[in-house]
Amino acid sequence: MKFTRRDVIRTTAGVAAGALGSRFVGSSAFAQEGLTYKPEDGAKLRMLRWSPFVQGDEDQWLANTKRFTEATGVEVRVDKESWEDIRPKAAVAANVGSGPDLMLVWFDDPHQYPDKLHDVSELGEYLGTKYGGWHDGPKQYATREGKFLGLPLATIGNAIVYRESWVKEAGFSEFPKDTAGFLELCKALQAKGHPAGFTHGHGVGDGNNYAHWLLWSHGGQMVDESGKVTINSPETLKAIEYAQELYKTFIPGTESWLDVNNNRAFLAGELGVIANGISVYNTAKTNKDNDPKLAEIAKDMRTTSLPIGPVGKSVELFQVTTAVIFDYTPYPNAAKAYLQFMFEEQQMAEWITSSAAYCCQTLKAFDNNPVWAADPNNAAYAKASATLRPNGYAGPLGYASAATMADYVLVDMFAKAVTGQATPQEAMEEAEKRANRYYRV
Amino acid sequence: MLPAAALLLVFLTYPLGLGIWLGFTDARIGRPGIFIGIENYQYLSDDAVFWLSVFNTLLYTISASILKFALGLWLALILNQNLPFKSFFRAIVLLPWVVPTVLSAIAFWWIYDSQFSILSWALMEMGLIDHRINFLGDPVNARASVIAANIWRGIPFVAITLLAGLQTIPQSLYEAATLDGASRWQLFRFVTLPLLTPIIAITMTFSVLFTFTDFQLIYVLTRGGPVNATHLMATLSFQRGISGGQLGEGAAIAVAMIPFLLAAILFSYFGLQRRKWQQGGGD
Repeated sequence: MKFTRRDVIRTTAGVAAGALGSRFVGSSAFAQEGLTYKPEDGAKLRMLRWSPFVQGDEDQWLANTKRFTEATGVEVRVDKESWEDIRPKAAVAANVGSGPDLMLVWFDDPHQYPDKLHDVSELGEYLGTKYGGWHDGPKQYATREGKFLGLPLATIGNAIVYRESWVKEAGFSEFPKDTAGFLELCKALQAKGHPAGFTHGHGVGDGNNYAHWLLWSHGGQMVDESGKVTINSPETLKAIEYAQELYKTFIPGTESWLDVNNNRAFLAGELGVIANGISVYNTAKTNKDNDPKLAEIAKDMRTTSLPIGPVGKSVELFQVTTAVIFDYTPYPNAAKAYLQFMFEEQQMAEWITSSAAYCCQTLKAFDNNPVWAADPNNAAYAKASATLRPNGYAGPLGYASAATMADYVLVDMFAKAVTGQATPQEAMEEAEKRANRYYRV
Repeated sequence: MLPAAALLLVFLTYPLGLGIWLGFTDARIGRPGIFIGIENYQYLSDDAVFWLSVFNTLLYTISASILKFALGLWLALILNQNLPFKSFFRAIVLLPWVVPTVLSAIAFWWIYDSQFSILSWALMEMGLIDHRINFLGDPVNARASVIAANIWRGIPFVAITLLAGLQTIPQSLYEAATLDGASRWQLFRFVTLPLLTPIIAITMTFSVLFTFTDFQLIYVLTRGGPVNATHLMATLSFQRGISGGQLGEGAAIAVAMIPFLLAAILFSYFGLQRRKWQQGGGD
């Protein structure tokens, strides 16, 4: 009779729950029910995560890791890397078959190398069942053909960040909820010398978030359900025309912006409206005691969801991070025990709280974390996991969706049209041609 | 001989061979891929972004190399004179080369920032311009800006290497030529230049190779933007091959760089090192 690794895990998991023993005894933080992984003898883990945008996130992650080590004896080395460099590092690790045992990867990375990732379906199902189910968007990024390639860890919400006093000065008592009103506001803000600024450059997060919102809010889509490229459409044309009008109200230079430019310009008082994660607000809030100018900005900052377009509902792309275990790890059980520990209630609740609204929960049981009510500005990020739309909509996630986004097909389409380097029709046709290469027509 | 051959095989032949092979496959991250012949190259031949990156790379390499050579030679000639604090100035000249590329790229990122550029600020303070310069947002400006950053970084290599060459030229040749009534230009044209040519050939070969394969400056400054106006073949290869997961296509772009690099090497060796030219004859 042949035993697969999964059979062994299942067998040992049941036995281990009762007999495992001494390593976990006395640790309330690690008192699991129903599923327990016994770390391999002498297991040591190396994990690579992204550099924090909110210090509390990293501090709590490391504190939770320390607790895990104390509870299990498994040492975990946590390395960090700029978030944009995670994708290449993960790609190399997957391809070479060597590197960190675990990684916190982005977007549809798990779909690029599904065969290289350890199947964590058992753990995913367990956590989903125990904590009210997974939010669908982040789950899509982490699952393929019904299997969990990783555990959906968090969604980094994106929202409008604006200066309330300047919006009022521009004649708006409240922030417009639709795209038409939003354009009028941006025109008024520009006239008052407080322009808006959204990146048309190769910003992995901000550039893609903005471009996808422009497209989706007008009913356009890169591909249909079957993966057929449908970017060349009347809806896309409307989106481009809208982007052209909006671009006229921007501060100069947004074509060159990468991910940090909007934060920097906003905190310097150069801008009235940007779209960003909560990190820009947190930066102002946490540094306000040392800088009176930042204190004033923090007091005046407000956040809200991006306006709703002709499509009639809120549709946005957010960054999603997934915790994956590479199949080459010699310690799969230790890695799964670590992830299980980090997702269990005490650790996860504390981590979400400490992340100060930067990391939105993927498990529904944590929807009511106190962090979302702790500051009115946090609320705009509370439902990021519940409302996000995965990239490559409405087609399946996979090599093509990942490559199309990584090659900035959509970002370039808008940038080319708004800067006058191509007509909207030409920009659409070029995007269609480029996308077709990835979707192999 | 055997260790050297083994090293060449492991660190040169194998990666190069693997890259060439990958260019003929549809390999993706985590998947070996199958042989698809020249399909990747066919795709690239019809890809406007690829051709734009070829144009950018040639423009970047040719402009930056010519200016690096001219400025580097000029600097080397100055440093070759008997200046006070000669060693100090030579050390200063080396600084841009010593600073890690990523750090200098970040410095240029600030210098070129659309809102906080010190250059724009200074020019506005002097009343020379009335609005900030869009260094990295406008395609023409962006290309010029990245070329300028590359020149700043590459001059020391050219200057110091040529300076080393200049110091090997016997002083007696200059004295003899001076006695024959040679002007300063004639000294340079008929003594300095011919004797420096082998060093120029080597230096410029390396300079062209470094410039052609530059990656970090572009990656930090623009990620190839705006609208791919600064994408070089190296950055596009990375974007498609690693970030986009299309290893085969990324490898094909990298392999497409080889003919250009070979041409640069051949030009240096068989063009610049011509004996007749080195001996002061016409070419």
